[in-house]
Amino acid sequence: MSTATASPRAIVAEKRRAPRPIRGRRPGFLTYGLLTAWFVGSAYPLWWSFVAGSSDTSVLTVPYPPLLPGGRFWENAREVFTTIDFWGALLNSVIVASTITISVLFFSTLAGYAFAKLRFRGRNGLMLFVILTLAIPTQLGIIPLFILMKQFGWTGSLGAIIVPTLVTAFGVFFMRQYLVDVIPDELIEAARMDGATQFRTFWHVGVPAARPAMAILGLFTFMTAWTDYLWPLIVAGSNPTLQVALSQLQSAKYVNYTIVLCGAVLATIPLLILFFFAGRLLVSGIMAGAVKG
Amino acid sequence: MTTTSPAPAAGTSALTFRQRLSRADVKYSPYVYVAPFFILFGLVGLFPLLYTFVVSLNDWDLLRGPGEWVGFDNYVIELQDPWFWNSLFNTFSIFLISSIPQLAAATFIAAVLDQNLRGKTFWRLSVLLPYVVTPAAVALIFSQIFSEQYGLVNNLLTAWGLDPVMWKHDTWAGHVAIATMVNWRWTGYNALILLAAMQAVPTELYESASLDGAGRVRRFFSITLPSIRPTFVFVLITATIGGLQIFTEPKLFDATRATPGGAYHQFETTTLYIWNMAFNQDRFGRAAAIAFILLVIIVLIGLINYFLSKSIATNETKISRRRTARRLDRYRQAERAAVPASIEIRQER
Repeated sequence: MSTATASPRAIVAEKRRAPRPIRGRRPGFLTYGLLTAWFVGSAYPLWWSFVAGSSDTSVLTVPYPPLLPGGRFWENAREVFTTIDFWGALLNSVIVASTITISVLFFSTLAGYAFAKLRFRGRNGLMLFVILTLAIPTQLGIIPLFILMKQFGWTGSLGAIIVPTLVTAFGVFFMRQYLVDVIPDELIEAARMDGATQFRTFWHVGVPAARPAMAILGLFTFMTAWTDYLWPLIVAGSNPTLQVALSQLQSAKYVNYTIVLCGAVLATIPLLILFFFAGRLLVSGIMAGAVKG
Repeated sequence: MTTTSPAPAAGTSALTFRQRLSRADVKYSPYVYVAPFFILFGLVGLFPLLYTFVVSLNDWDLLRGPGEWVGFDNYVIELQDPWFWNSLFNTFSIFLISSIPQLAAATFIAAVLDQNLRGKTFWRLSVLLPYVVTPAAVALIFSQIFSEQYGLVNNLLTAWGLDPVMWKHDTWAGHVAIATMVNWRWTGYNALILLAAMQAVPTELYESASLDGAGRVRRFFSITLPSIRPTFVFVLITATIGGLQIFTEPKLFDATRATPGGAYHQFETTTLYIWNMAFNQDRFGRAAAIAFILLVIIVLIGLINYFLSKSIATNETKISRRRTARRLDRYRQAERAAVPASIEIRQER
């Protein structure tokens, strides 16, 4: 502020003498205060659910809810387990999300590798096609998909939930973008010279190189499959995934909101654990351009 | 190449079986690798989308199957149905209320994170926390927070002597509540995408701008924002594709009610309308027609977004070029006034 009184030239001269890097400077308290406030504000709904989900219903009527959880979490949890088949739904979600993840990873890496590193007729045209389909909301095909599933008699089975997302255009695009720079062409040629077949080259050169991107794609595919609600709701029937089962907590005639909130917290725990172990990967994946699957 | 030229003349018959196999491997393997994707994607991704159109031309229900061929009747019925327009209005209203504040907040948070912070990773993780709560759980939590009788928000409003808001009966209040759920889950996520773009801006740009006397705010608006525009457009397009298909949040916001999307359909979005039409009313033909209309709308908006951002970009380069030219002129005039030897400059021109 004191420099404001000095002549503009003096300021410029001073700055020229000691150029401060803009981003090198440590930010002040205001920044940390803002970020802390944002964090508290955005974490609060989740924390509040935990507080309310571990109390009895009286907690919902007071204007200022307590800051610490009550002692009824396990009782409420037991109530959740008797209202819905929580563990069965959890198992279903694990099966669905894992199968989709493995399938998407395998097919995307295979196709992404071919698009990135192999030369073949029609490559550019086919890749353009993949990119164009990225902008098309394929989820809107639910009506015919459901009719087909019904005709095959698949409704109510986990297969019906899994099949429509066994491959994604985004996965192929993502793997291609990653592999195109990361594997030197010489490496593939060298492997070919040594007599390796295309598939051996893919398996021993392509896949190891693709691992970091596979980790990110896998994480996002898993999360997308885990959080999906519309399609499982339509086809799951009496064999729901966790998200569908969770929503049934609220659709009952008599709704006890502390139980609902306890269920919401319970259903969040698996992803919180994932976040705890793979949060950094999630952050770097988002920042590397891994986007909504 | 010249040394090997006699070999092809001998023809492929001269090659051993292994060599031929190896050639076929090189030539056809790529197709084998990309084929599973195209076959599966065609079957479960593209075919249903196109078949939606076929279904929409029929009076389709689950028991009778295709039923009667009705041509474009379903489209005519839907385009005249006020509930269809109501659902479109709700979808766009919720989308706008969620995307505009969300992008503004995400940009702000990204700018705050784009500093030399202590504990960078922790802060980045902290803004992403809501993302791990699934939409269904988010909807359950917020439908209680915005509950009319004992909701957290209304409890506070009453305690402060304000009137409680009818979140589940009033149209705008409902839209705001649903937009809040979307914003809560996605703001941090988008902030991280924008942060990545901000970090790619070369530091020299900021340094030279600050040498020229540009303050923090000026640097943000004149350097940061223009530099991250492509990423911004990308975030906007993905937000549009996702936002116009919003389903879980409005579906579960007032789930105890028999009619989905509120007592007066006041937050029934188009996807919810499709779901209700097909799976509650068993009118698959009409549901398919709505799905197809929504598909066309989303693709059109995506295209408009894309071309608009392109033309803005070229326009801005034009403007900035003009601005630079004007400044150069002014600078030269000042130079001329100050230095008597300006005649030389004029001669050069």
